[in-house]
Amino acid sequence: MARLLAIGLVAGVFSALFGVGGGIVIVPLLVSLAGFDGRRATGTSLAAIGITAGAGALFYGLHGDLKVGSAALIGLPAALGAVGGVALQQRLQTRTLTIGFSLLLTAVGIRLLV
Amino acid sequence: MEILAALLGLLGGVLSGLFGVGGGILFVPTLVLVLGLTQVHAEATSLLAILPAVLAGAWRQQRYGNVDGRAALLVGLGSIAGVAGGVELAKALPEDVLRRLFAVFMLVVAATLAWRAFHPKPAYSSKRDAA
Repeated sequence: MARLLAIGLVAGVFSALFGVGGGIVIVPLLVSLAGFDGRRATGTSLAAIGITAGAGALFYGLHGDLKVGSAALIGLPAALGAVGGVALQQRLQTRTLTIGFSLLLTAVGIRLLV
Repeated sequence: MEILAALLGLLGGVLSGLFGVGGGILFVPTLVLVLGLTQVHAEATSLLAILPAVLAGAWRQQRYGNVDGRAALLVGLGSIAGVAGGVELAKALPEDVLRRLFAVFMLVVAATLAWRAFHPKPAYSSKRDAA
């Protein structure tokens, strides 16, 4: 139980500092520290992020930093995409996609860095 | 720009469902580069934007029996204190420092995903056995 709370604590800092869910932190920690298999770690991570992201949006909202219209513009299509993505995960060879995603992140990361 | 942002939202959602990561990490640069938000506003808005996708994804994963509800609750509750600290830290940092930190975070995630792809059986890869 202490391990799960600690995983959450670390993930919460990452989530709020970078505006992301924190799955990249939670999934490997659930596997390495709590003995989860990959798929169950992914599903459990998503459910936990519901709380993490909700708390982050609330705290930032109290500072007046939320742009609700922009969030809806991106977030509602994303919800449709997420349902499709989970269905694909059950039957797709994801290696090629993973490499493509990695390259995309690298390109955007470099763009933001300079 | 709005249509492009919505399409990138759709893409981010698909990736988050596929990898369990990837919503926010695409939403933040989309909000900064496409919609012109500041880094802090983009991060705040990204957290709200990922909520519908995360809840939809968690609901679907629940149906596949992949959610440990008690563990999710504990991780989620533990995260609240971390979130409070992270928000203060993000707001205390200069805008360009935060943006570059985020960029470095993206590169680390990219490297992690690449490592995952090139190692046949890493601890947290999704297994494609008969599920």
